[in-house]
Amino acid sequence: MIKTDIIIIGAGPTGLFTVFEAGLLKIKCHLIDALPQPGGQCSEIYPKKPIYDIPGFPEILAGDLTRNLLEQCKQFEPGFTLGERAENITKDKNGIFTVITNKGTQHQAPVVAIAGGLGSFEPRKPLLENISFYEGKGVEYIIKDPEVYRNKRIVIAGGGDSALDWSIFLANIAEEVTLIHRRNEFRGTLDSLEKARELNNKNKITIITPAEITKLIGKEKLESLIMTKDKIETEINIDHFIPLFGLSPKLGPIANWGLEIEKNAIKVDTFDYQTSVPGVFAIGDINTYPGKLKLILCGFHEATLMCQSAFKIINPGKKHIFRYTTVSGIDGFDGTRKEAKKPVIQAINE
Amino acid sequence: MSDINIIIKDRDGNIHKVLAPTDMAMNLMEIIRSYELAPEGTIGVCGGMAMCASCQCYINSDHNLPELGDEEEAMLSEAFNVQENSRLGCQISITKELEGLSFELAPE
Repeated sequence: MIKTDIIIIGAGPTGLFTVFEAGLLKIKCHLIDALPQPGGQCSEIYPKKPIYDIPGFPEILAGDLTRNLLEQCKQFEPGFTLGERAENITKDKNGIFTVITNKGTQHQAPVVAIAGGLGSFEPRKPLLENISFYEGKGVEYIIKDPEVYRNKRIVIAGGGDSALDWSIFLANIAEEVTLIHRRNEFRGTLDSLEKARELNNKNKITIITPAEITKLIGKEKLESLIMTKDKIETEINIDHFIPLFGLSPKLGPIANWGLEIEKNAIKVDTFDYQTSVPGVFAIGDINTYPGKLKLILCGFHEATLMCQSAFKIINPGKKHIFRYTTVSGIDGFDGTRKEAKKPVIQAINE
Repeated sequence: MSDINIIIKDRDGNIHKVLAPTDMAMNLMEIIRSYELAPEGTIGVCGGMAMCASCQCYINSDHNLPELGDEEEAMLSEAFNVQENSRLGCQISITKELEGLSFELAPE
């Protein structure tokens, strides 16, 4: 059981900045995210894209923003449960929430902040007959442990970064790696494209284009698949089929948590971004209120105001006063202290 | 008047005749969102960077559209339910040449 002050669901920019603002109030946070790394959309969809409307940054890459936010909050030692989706929430008679993930990890806190963006990222599944039957029996949409593929015959489908990068990575682990894509061109970094070309030339991976997987075969588990190229069908015997067609966000289990939902978003009170359930807040792209804009900078603002109310729930009756970091400095939970240099006060005429 | 008429069939099969401004640098995906013809979170997920295909449309009229860009083509090659007349709505800017354009939203 993980115990903390605020359970933050979603480790995107808003969730990460919540750790910082909560830390200033000496509140501890633990983040849960379905993706295996923090950053949300910024790291998953567009890490190399520039953002122009983060105050104080005329231009910053989404990946760099994530790194900066992690750096900014690290002295407040956030906990992370990554690669797991928040599935269920309960509240006990003392007002303590328990959030359980799809893998059974339990988290407890008096406050829950949902900073889930557009929802948890779920893999986009190809439209193949019986594919759901083979899930976990040879078909995987996300690679969690590459060792599973040691000395196995695998087929990867897709034309983006993940398909390229995993084909390259697994070339040294699997017995056979075949990468299949519907067209000749792949979309990835120049480095990945060159590596894939080189491995293909050396027969370390087999790249087949333009081609498509059209059928999965196997009685109890996946045994082979049919690839169609130029209208000719070829059967390939394999152990694993890994379609990597990107991820799409789904509101998922949060929709059934009894919160008031409007237009796929959680309704909140703009006083402190609390939902219809006291103690549960929703901040960033996942909330809605009159005038809402889905902007990172609005998420930062919402996180900051939310933490003031969270403090009162976590520390009932305790006094505190809002202070500027320039004045107070920052005391990290890790024992570090950041503060402005004190001016030197000395006479010049001795 | 800088508005044009566009006909959009939503994912439930309902047909909407809407006015779209040509002077606001908007694209087809944004027009759908501005008229709320698809639920938020099911369209324009990536914001309009040709990186998610959630705004895939089938163009039903024979207008001259801007050519497929590399990024759009790459994304469509990974999308599902793709047809010959598939385009990404976010990559088609509203211009006066598109007066009378008719398209439908691809399944989610």
